[in-house]
Amino acid sequence: MLRVNATFLTWTGRPLEAVVGRRLVDLLTPGGRIFHETHYAPMLRMQGAVHEIAVDLRCGDGSRLSVLLNATLTRDEHGAEREVLVAVFDATERRRYEQQLLRAHDEARAAEARAMRLARTLQQTLVPPVPPRVRGLTLAATYRPAGDGSQVGGDFYDVFPTGPDEQVVVLGDVSGKGVDAAVVTSLVRNTVRALAVLHHRPSSLLAELNDIVGFHETDRFCTVVVLRMRREPDGAWRVVVAAGGHPPPLLLRPGSEPVEVDVNGPLVGILTDQEYTETELRLAPGEVLVLYTDGVTEARREGELFGEDRLCATVGRLGAADVPGLVAGLRDEVVTYQGGVTHDDIAIVAVSPTPDVEPASDREAGPDRQAGPDPETG
Amino acid sequence: METSAPGFTKVRGMDILARNNVTVQGPEGAQPMVFAHGFGCDQSMWRHVAPDFADRYRVVTFDFVGGGGSDPAAYDADKYASLDGYRQDVLDVVRALDLRDVVLVGHSVAAMVGAMATIAEPERFASLVMVGPSARYIDDEGYVGGFAREDIDELLESLASNYLGWSAAMAPAIVGNPDRPELGHELTEAFCRMDPDVARRFAEATFLSDNRDDLPRVPVPSLVLQCREDVIAPMEVGEYVAEQVPDSTFVVLEATGHCPQLSAPELTSDAIGAWLEGRVAA
Repeated sequence: MLRVNATFLTWTGRPLEAVVGRRLVDLLTPGGRIFHETHYAPMLRMQGAVHEIAVDLRCGDGSRLSVLLNATLTRDEHGAEREVLVAVFDATERRRYEQQLLRAHDEARAAEARAMRLARTLQQTLVPPVPPRVRGLTLAATYRPAGDGSQVGGDFYDVFPTGPDEQVVVLGDVSGKGVDAAVVTSLVRNTVRALAVLHHRPSSLLAELNDIVGFHETDRFCTVVVLRMRREPDGAWRVVVAAGGHPPPLLLRPGSEPVEVDVNGPLVGILTDQEYTETELRLAPGEVLVLYTDGVTEARREGELFGEDRLCATVGRLGAADVPGLVAGLRDEVVTYQGGVTHDDIAIVAVSPTPDVEPASDREAGPDRQAGPDPETG
Repeated sequence: METSAPGFTKVRGMDILARNNVTVQGPEGAQPMVFAHGFGCDQSMWRHVAPDFADRYRVVTFDFVGGGGSDPAAYDADKYASLDGYRQDVLDVVRALDLRDVVLVGHSVAAMVGAMATIAEPERFASLVMVGPSARYIDDEGYVGGFAREDIDELLESLASNYLGWSAAMAPAIVGNPDRPELGHELTEAFCRMDPDVARRFAEATFLSDNRDDLPRVPVPSLVLQCREDVIAPMEVGEYVAEQVPDSTFVVLEATGHCPQLSAPELTSDAIGAWLEGRVAA
């Protein structure tokens, strides 16, 4: 340091002779010194000036003063370095404020990460990531939340047994997103499980569910499709379908185009005391039933909907032979259609009777096995 | 991949070369000379020294991933949590250009990164120039590194307080340099850019490292360039490096600060050139 003003001496609490002749870096804290030497000093030489370096000066009494430095390098007519002009600003208050900001920034980032984790965890509890293994039935499912997956979406599905060789498959879509939607999703999913034990008919299950959601304090409603499936001795499944405000499932039989199952009923949770109808069909090996949410048909590209026609064409093209491939292929087609950015959740579940009975050893391995190998229980 | 003199020409065509913002100049077929920058800056650190060798060496400069003009997408927090990740960058660049008989010049932490690279693939390197090296920054029993652990923690805090200082937006704000109007164009560039989180991790990898065990394993002739007054790598630290590296030459530059390639570029170039041309006895 060649020259300093009186303010600098007052701030640092050092006499003139303790400052002049020393280097400015000598007054910095060790950490600040490293930072200055490795980052700002090179920048000063290359750019001729640096602005707002935040460092602490060590004062004569051992205390520290937070400052901002602006430095300009002057050169002589030959370009040789002459001197560095440094303006020092007391930044005590500003530094305190910045540290608060930085802490708030760090906390916000941590909170965001926590919320993201919570949303994903919650989602995983609402949507079974892997459908259970069921004797005589091939099940495939996919779920893709809208956008980046940070929000809990409203789509859900569930597959559970209600007796030996009897399964209930549910797929639904709660209006809205976020925490309140998740509350209703959870309510619907658990209520359906309870009602499935009490009500054998999917239509009466839906009527009861409609009242429960309708009387719940939430403003939200949902669309649901329910299958009650019973395995028959020949390996086919007897399926009873009911739906409330939900797109009807698609039935794909070999040699024909996919057709919609003729079933519908009112939205669930808007008006209480509603009636629901049901349709019964026989699903034989080689045939597949595809359940989906409106994230599939209402996917948009430049305003144009993916639509039922494109859905039927895609399902027909992918075919029933490879059920997991059908589900994954349909999902990819819908995601690609939207240019990779999904604006709504997409849930798809497909069921198809498995032609051959699995080997006994394999059957016994499953934890959720309902029946032994005795065909009488089937 | 073809480049032409004069000046630094951007090399393209290979992932690594774009990833590390590799520039090549100097005659094709000449002995390669690779310059590696240290913590806190980028390859622009070498702008006054590297061109001095471009008449007789194939001069290669690059940015470590995370800094300068490197590809931000290539940054992997785990890989660059230790100096091994940076060593891999050096080896990647040398392999991508298929260089052999390399003179490797590393500044500050890149001197140790360079030492690690020569140990990993000795067949590629002819010699190593270490500018302001330190094998360990923190004092240890029987070893003077110049810093206490608390000092390094404070540095990391200091990095956080200077969050803005790293961002690319800063440099263009610096306008007007009436003393050197010829620098006008350069002022629009941003030097030493680095994402603040990357800077923090690089600082941890650098200042918490301990490369003392690597030094005796350096397989090539080495030059240790020490500044007379360097608060980052003081004299005894440089002397230690020179003592431990088997085939080494210790040269003290009459320069202050940690970056002689900027504060005394001629002295630095002369010292490196003299050693390479055998004018200084090993």
